[in-house]
Amino acid sequence: MTFSRFELFSPERLDEAVALLKEKEGNTFIMAGGTDLLIKRRHQIIHPQTIVSLKNISGLNRISFNRKKGLTIGATALLGDVARHRTILKIYPAVAKAAGNTANVQIRNMGTVVGNLCNASPAADNAPTLLAMNAELSIIGPQGSRVLPLEDFFTGPGSTALQPAEIVTSVFVATPPSGSGATYLHLSARGRIDCSAASTGVSLMLKGSRVDNARIFIGACGPTPLRMPKTEKKLISRKVTKAIAEQAGLQASKESKPISDVRANEDYRSKMVAVLVKRAILEAYQLARTNK
Amino acid sequence: MKHEITLKVNGDAYSLAIDPWRTLNEVLREDLNLTGTKLGCGSGDCGACTVIVDGRSISSCLTLAVEMDRKEIMTIEGLAPSGEKLHPIQESFVEKGAIQCGFCTPGMELSAYNLLSHNPRPSEIEIRESLSGNLCRCTGYTKIVEAIADSADKMKPKPQRRKRRK
Repeated sequence: MTFSRFELFSPERLDEAVALLKEKEGNTFIMAGGTDLLIKRRHQIIHPQTIVSLKNISGLNRISFNRKKGLTIGATALLGDVARHRTILKIYPAVAKAAGNTANVQIRNMGTVVGNLCNASPAADNAPTLLAMNAELSIIGPQGSRVLPLEDFFTGPGSTALQPAEIVTSVFVATPPSGSGATYLHLSARGRIDCSAASTGVSLMLKGSRVDNARIFIGACGPTPLRMPKTEKKLISRKVTKAIAEQAGLQASKESKPISDVRANEDYRSKMVAVLVKRAILEAYQLARTNK
Repeated sequence: MKHEITLKVNGDAYSLAIDPWRTLNEVLREDLNLTGTKLGCGSGDCGACTVIVDGRSISSCLTLAVEMDRKEIMTIEGLAPSGEKLHPIQESFVEKGAIQCGFCTPGMELSAYNLLSHNPRPSEIEIRESLSGNLCRCTGYTKIVEAIADSADKMKPKPQRRKRRK
């Protein structure tokens, strides 16, 4: 077996990284944890000639929280650190749960939340919750910096709205207001080592005991994580009961576009979307009711 | 172009000139002759290549050696540095019959080491979750879980205030 041989650059500043990406054209890849990139190389899906590692850029692994604004997770912050972070566990439990449900212990000690997003797998564990919570990405590139809603980021399996030589530097989630609740649920055939066969992130915002705003996404059931607008509509201005959550789950099942693959067949996925969405809605509603 | 790196493995310092595409697993096994670290799937699923870097378990098959510059690494050889007296985790694996073919054992024991160094009194669930990145095709895991629980008892940390656990 021959794998591609590549040059590796580990710049210490972001502008150097952008300059390198601009200068080295073709088969140049950005690496954070490397847990997806190096597997793709090994499976000869990609043949990198140049890899630009972000790990030596200081401050990029920072996780910071400002109560008035929100949570910022840097591009090289590890999945394991996000999953264990006290503030995230307390204020963003669904974000911590999604990070803690990604892959296994070793991979979580290497891989990053932002890397999981940038790899743009439709099954990315961290995508549905962050989408439901209306996260934004900070991006830097040759034209300067920009902020992009995560909802506009995924363009297909493995492809994103990133322009050449652009780097995602962090993901931001605003502080959840009182009366809101978010949750992540997923299912995989063989526990932790396997990619999700279906997943959902649900975020509800209540006015009194009625749903004022809902954002519902499902993963691994379409070319990108998918938003479920008709499902959301079923909840608006309603008090969530088991029956309503069940109807919403069935609607989500209709809205999803699953395929059959090695992890699950289409029929099973459709059925599981209904179950996961129902449970996630009930859980998020319960959290929102108690989040004063 | 080779990169010059210095790293510590099991307390020994090394200076190496390494091609950027070589993995930590290759360098440990081929350059440093530390063949206790295995290569299984090569894609981070099986855990046979597990080593400890700066106190945390990682998959050496998905780690570029060059990125280990100035890091401290522990391999299975470092668990019983004298080569004679076994580490309590290893003793328990022997006593509980947690080894059959042995290929997964170095990774299993380092995952156990990683768990016990962060959580000295794990529940059975926590032990099982800590092995989510280690596959064994022989034992069915039961004996391995028993061995780790047994070694936690042996390694009993000094009494201290109980940490709150979720």
